[in-house]
Amino acid sequence: MTEDVHLTIDGNEVMAPEGSTLMEAAGLAGIVTPTICYHPATTSNGLCRLCVVEVEGQRLLQPACIVRASEGQKVHTDTERVQRSRRTILEMLAATMDLSESPEIQQMILDTGADSSRFPDSVRRESQLLDDNPMYVRDYSKCLLCWRCVQVCAEDAQYTFALSFDGRGYRTQIGTFFDRPIPETSCVLCGQCVAVCPTGALLPKREFLLQQGRRPDELGAGTAGKRRRRAGRLERGQDDPPNPR
Amino acid sequence: MSEIPLAAVDAAILPYVHLGRSGLLPALHAAQAIEGWLPEPTAAHVAKALRIPLADVHGVIEFYSLFYNEPAGRNIHRVCTDIVCGPRGGDHLLDEACRKLGVRPNQPTADGEAMVEASPCLGLCEHAPASLVNVAAASAEALGPDRTEAPRPASIVGGSTRLLTARCGSGTTSLGAYGKYLGLERALTIGPGEVITEVKRSGLVGRGGAAFPTGVKWEGAASAPDRPKYVVCNADESEPGTFKDRVLLLDDPHLVLEGICIAAHAIGAERAYIYLRCEYPYILPVLESALAEARASGYLGRDFDIEIRLGAGAYICGEETALFESIEGKRGYPRIKPPFPTTYGLFGKPTVINNVETLCNIPLILRHGSDEYRRLGTEKSPGSKLFCLSGDVQRAGLYEVPFGLTLGELLDMAGGMKAGRELQAVLVGGAAGAFAAPNQLDTRLTFEDMRQAGLPLGSGVVLAFDETRDLRDVLRRLANFFAHESCGKCFPCQLGTQRQLEILDRAASGQTRGGDAERLQDVGWTMTDASLCGLGQTAATAVLSALQLWPDLLSAAPGGVGRA
Repeated sequence: MTEDVHLTIDGNEVMAPEGSTLMEAAGLAGIVTPTICYHPATTSNGLCRLCVVEVEGQRLLQPACIVRASEGQKVHTDTERVQRSRRTILEMLAATMDLSESPEIQQMILDTGADSSRFPDSVRRESQLLDDNPMYVRDYSKCLLCWRCVQVCAEDAQYTFALSFDGRGYRTQIGTFFDRPIPETSCVLCGQCVAVCPTGALLPKREFLLQQGRRPDELGAGTAGKRRRRAGRLERGQDDPPNPR
Repeated sequence: MSEIPLAAVDAAILPYVHLGRSGLLPALHAAQAIEGWLPEPTAAHVAKALRIPLADVHGVIEFYSLFYNEPAGRNIHRVCTDIVCGPRGGDHLLDEACRKLGVRPNQPTADGEAMVEASPCLGLCEHAPASLVNVAAASAEALGPDRTEAPRPASIVGGSTRLLTARCGSGTTSLGAYGKYLGLERALTIGPGEVITEVKRSGLVGRGGAAFPTGVKWEGAASAPDRPKYVVCNADESEPGTFKDRVLLLDDPHLVLEGICIAAHAIGAERAYIYLRCEYPYILPVLESALAEARASGYLGRDFDIEIRLGAGAYICGEETALFESIEGKRGYPRIKPPFPTTYGLFGKPTVINNVETLCNIPLILRHGSDEYRRLGTEKSPGSKLFCLSGDVQRAGLYEVPFGLTLGELLDMAGGMKAGRELQAVLVGGAAGAFAAPNQLDTRLTFEDMRQAGLPLGSGVVLAFDETRDLRDVLRRLANFFAHESCGKCFPCQLGTQRQLEILDRAASGQTRGGDAERLQDVGWTMTDASLCGLGQTAATAVLSALQLWPDLLSAAPGGVGRA
């Protein structure tokens, strides 16, 4: 049986189970904390820092997705410092990448009053669309480096270890071993990376083709396996992915 | 491409295979030494031998500046173009070196024999403009046309006190000259508890920049229940303008080793690591021979030993948790704290990590006692401090002084400004530090006085600029440094260092846009407030301090904006 801790968030008295994050505790008080990188199924790394809040007695802003609620804590989620950090991070992001398929982030930009054109003449992260496997396409111009795909490919879920990083700093990009195409990596096409991508940088191939104007009846690949399974045969069709092992 | 000699790779990495993941950086260094770079089959071979996912090996190679996954020159000439060396001949030296070879920076010659690189601070600031030719440090004068084996850098040591630097510049580093590890012998006599009490009583705080009380840190690791425990010596000195640890390690390695031995005895560690930055390769043989002497004399090797690990070109690995990740064979991403290293450090075990200069204070405290140690300095800043003076002073060098001198007195020790020149500004604390104006020269160099003046003591950098220097060019170089060195983990720093660079690039070329000062403030405060680690939290302090001291900096004509 866990104890409860009592804290104050924006003047509201909150009782939260011990071990709750500040984000969870704020949720109990009906306060929605904006975040980009947080996902309940992946390890929190405190990357995007959009969830930062002010905790009295702490010199720096604290990531609410990580910091635990503690007894007597006084938390402020809407101070000028918090607002400036959230707004500026979003403004810098908008100057970096293609957010067109990220409606939640666009909404955050509206909510915080961020100016998407605050940083003109910025070097944007742009890259070619990678269409190298039958399951999904990768458009890293839309990637904001939340790390979720790398995490689910590794210890957070699949233990496949097909993905890591190219470069560092602003020039980081998700990458495979020596930039090999996906079929030449240890990828098992489990699709979990696509499922956790928040920005459409990873897109199911079929969805991508439909977006490109292809008609469903042109896209045989998606149904071929089903037909074969129904017929009880296990031979490989031409549209199937090559065996990654 | 030549046949990949996988048998040679096997032979090179053999000593590190048993280390598994933790052997990755040493194995990559050894494998890279064969061809001068890491071709894909070589990297795949290392991954297989150490049982590490291919993607992870690739990620590690990509993270560190000094691992190459495409052909690099067999001889590499690295020219420092950072804040000290760049404007003082470094830029010119880079151009000249490229012109001689007929190449651009980072582009190997057609025969693959040579390459020229622009480098972040090489820690040779008193020899500006500095270079590193393969493993040899060189000042501009020492670089003859066929000199690839220049001598190790000379030490220029001054100041009013010679405790930490007692043997620096003496020319000998033998254990015979050093004598017995008397501080360690006393530590062994009085026992771990008393050692920690003595260090706490001395008032010693960390000299790497964070100024955390050393004794408190040791106590935390000593009382942590988990085992084994580790001591790590942070010799990843990379803060632009800093070269103090280089001098200590080169000129008095046994002082550092004795400090590590005492720390290990205090917390009960059986193993210690020295994480040495890769840009100090000429220190490696000095440290290795000192370790061999210490083993032969029984100080090491029985129930405790020290291993050297080389970095691979990443300033972030001076951050303590990023350094642990690097030793563990990973990309140098800083961890979220807490948990702190004293309970969850290297390999997830209780760890004391101290800067080289901090550890060098330890034998003195144990030998002479904390009362004697406290006779120097002030009540709140006891002892002596090493300052790295560079830039437009008469005599750049390493200066040891008791805490409490003023900034002006320190500059006077270095002979003041060069003849006929006036002081415009001083950058104190390093790239992660802040600017001081000439009217702040009366500030006393103590932790308490500096804090009050809003100036970080940092790693002891005192970099002087005379009135001819364009401070906007300095800011651009600082911004370039942080954009190059940000690891990319958290958004404020990953994005902010790039945005800061873009704005200061504009400013340095006189293309300021309306609102740039406000942009810099928002970017700077967001990095300071919301970044995950100390790098991002201090990536804007110098810029913000400059904007505060010289509000017209962005709009003024180039040169001399800070003149009183």
